[in-house]
Amino acid sequence: MLILDRSVRDAIVAHARRDHPDEACGIVAGAAGSDRPERVVEMTNAARSMTQYEFEPAEQLRVYREMDDRDEEPVVVYHSHTATEAYPSRTDVRYASQPEAHYVLVSTRDPEETEFRSFRIVDDVVTEEEIRISETVGGEA
Amino acid sequence: MAIAVRIPTILRNYTGGEKQVEANGSSLASLIDDLDAKHPGLKGRLVTDDGSLHRFVNVYVNDEDVRFTGALDTGLSDGDEVTILPAVAGG
Repeated sequence: MLILDRSVRDAIVAHARRDHPDEACGIVAGAAGSDRPERVVEMTNAARSMTQYEFEPAEQLRVYREMDDRDEEPVVVYHSHTATEAYPSRTDVRYASQPEAHYVLVSTRDPEETEFRSFRIVDDVVTEEEIRISETVGGEA
Repeated sequence: MAIAVRIPTILRNYTGGEKQVEANGSSLASLIDDLDAKHPGLKGRLVTDDGSLHRFVNVYVNDEDVRFTGALDTGLSDGDEVTILPAVAGG
């Protein structure tokens, strides 16, 4: 199960809507081992594409080093699909190399309704998980 | 010649959980051979069967992405820092 703050979900959705029709991507960092995603980091989609995303390698190095220095890890890795459902594509599965991460997919194909789903991807097997929204960081779920 | 190598979470099962290890080599290719000698299996996660760098990983020497500096032929000197990260991409 993924537990995340409403403000975190809203920030991810806002990023996906802003970059539509290109795919948006990023991470949500949290304290290592906490499984609590708290700090949204919007990443540049180096592919600048409606059908693909790729973290820009130099930016990724900077962001991952910063996380390392703060004893954080990428609890959530998110990206959007802008014309298809919020479900990992074959390419998503092939690249998924962080079994401890929650892979969040957002679909912006409908201008009104946003699909927001979370998956574990381990050894090429996709498992959807429940999302629970909490109202404040550190507050009651 | 000691080179510090930062290991991503996904590969720390090869290094006994260590996030930074040391290895030797005058090029990235020889460094990876030395890493594999110390931490067997690591090379297979970084280099493909046909001997090129895996596209699922990003490797940096200091702050430079090695794709722009000669990939596995990138030269190394004492005190360099190598960072390995998973490439994050998809469709």
